[in-house]
Amino acid sequence: MRDLTLKRDWIYGWLLLLPALVFLFAFTHIPAVTTFLNSFFSTPRGRRPAKFIGIDNYERMIGDPVFWKVLWKNLWYALGTIPLSVGLAIVMALWVNEKLAGRSFVRMAYFTPTVLPLIAVANIWMFFYTPGFGLFDQITGALFGWPASNYLGNPDTALNAIIVVTIWKEAGFFMIFYLAALQAIPVSLKEAAQIEGAGRWTIFWRITFPLLMPTTLFVCVNAVINSFRLVDHIFILTDGGPDNASALLLFYIYEVAFRFWETAYGATLTVALLVLLSLLAIGQFFFFDRKVHYK
Amino acid sequence: MTGAGLDLDKLLNTLAAWALALLWVLPLAYAVWTAFHPAAYEARFDLFAPLTLENFSKAWEAAPFARYFLNTFLLVSMILAGQFFLCTLAAFAFARFQFPGRTILFTLVLLQLLVMPDILMVENYQTMRLLNLVDTIPAIALPYIASGFGIFLLRQTFMTIPRELDEAARIEGASFLGVLWKVYIPLAKPTYLAYGLVSVSHHWNNFLWPLIVTNSVDTRPVTVGLSIFSAIDSGIEWSVINAATLMTSGPLLIAFLLFQRQFVQSFMRAGIK
Repeated sequence: MRDLTLKRDWIYGWLLLLPALVFLFAFTHIPAVTTFLNSFFSTPRGRRPAKFIGIDNYERMIGDPVFWKVLWKNLWYALGTIPLSVGLAIVMALWVNEKLAGRSFVRMAYFTPTVLPLIAVANIWMFFYTPGFGLFDQITGALFGWPASNYLGNPDTALNAIIVVTIWKEAGFFMIFYLAALQAIPVSLKEAAQIEGAGRWTIFWRITFPLLMPTTLFVCVNAVINSFRLVDHIFILTDGGPDNASALLLFYIYEVAFRFWETAYGATLTVALLVLLSLLAIGQFFFFDRKVHYK
Repeated sequence: MTGAGLDLDKLLNTLAAWALALLWVLPLAYAVWTAFHPAAYEARFDLFAPLTLENFSKAWEAAPFARYFLNTFLLVSMILAGQFFLCTLAAFAFARFQFPGRTILFTLVLLQLLVMPDILMVENYQTMRLLNLVDTIPAIALPYIASGFGIFLLRQTFMTIPRELDEAARIEGASFLGVLWKVYIPLAKPTYLAYGLVSVSHHWNNFLWPLIVTNSVDTRPVTVGLSIFSAIDSGIEWSVINAATLMTSGPLLIAFLLFQRQFVQSFMRAGIK
């Protein structure tokens, strides 16, 4: 009898899972495996089918200066966006968690960019960066008398201009997670510290911040994945230019696969991205794990 | 610490919080300003500039936005319906049944949090070609329907539901699916609402995959439509582009203002893992 219910459990479990697994395998796991396999073949063209070429694609990748440039740009983009947007998120959360005049407006203001489509807000930022009469030029022109500068058209500033948009977009999103975490911290802890004579600064570094560590881990993993995934605004703002100065890895994969139709090389670059993402995720997990205080 | 010192501290914090808030709404405020004023004022702030709706009608006529909106609406509802259905069944299996391979399968589900379908665009595009689905709305939706995040979130919720409840329903003669329908789904309503809001806003805003897989007016969602609209260099004014931008984000923005509390809480709930 017990055996029978057990068997029935198996069948029900598998049947319930089946539909989701079909989709999961069809669009995530099998494509991941075939991407890996395809990276060892040439791109099929017309009547010429793909043929096995071993590690040629990988050799090409190693020797591809654009790949290294894009990879380097992507790391710079991650370093530029993650600490600032996470730091701002903590500050924002601390502010809107306290009694503040007009708190609901402030909270809404921080969160609004998260709701807007990135492709839409890129249009607005595009105008801010316009040489001559864009917002930034008007401000720097009026205050310091600086000449017009083409932020998006200059290889030295294009990526930084995009980093600014990303920070603006992401900080409010991460704030929500910190806000949730802050509200879960018992008030008694803070009160006890205050009685002991601890100042705000001490309370933050000794109590609040350590208790926020699990959230920081979660937010950082998200931020790292995002920094390799967010490319929407690049399409509007710079289209990767000038001279790939603002192209990130995923944007380059898109270009190689869908503008130059080199799908096999695109697959190779995708493998590189997947390896990088897994290494970062694993690395982060172990790095943070020691410092995280789980309840 | 004196009372005055504390007040100064508080004042400075409030000021800084407000300054940042104004900085954060500035892009949106600017877009609203230009969209409702004639093109001559797009770079010149004048409190008494005349108001106009002309930019909206120009934008609406310049591109088939009605069709784009319909496409996005169809896309978002298709994804949401599919996600609710597949994720509910899978989450129920993981939360309540013992079967071999459970742990491995759950790991495979969680792996999707890292490997998003848009990263595998080359392969997924080939699949869509094989299925003869390129340039259809289902092609945009299918890769996102089995959402690892959705399965995880619902499983967590289902696990908090006491087993006694479903045993009671079983004694009453309800089948497994009856228990799911009458006990689990009603009790998980807040999670469905939260997940629904996150999913709708995510797919309303999605761009890269729809860009790749669509190439005609009949299937393009608003994000792709907008990017094409603003990429035309044929002298479209900023005020018209901003009007189009506002239109595109309008429905979500209004929904956000109306459901602000639920929206923020839903993101928070989604974050608690």
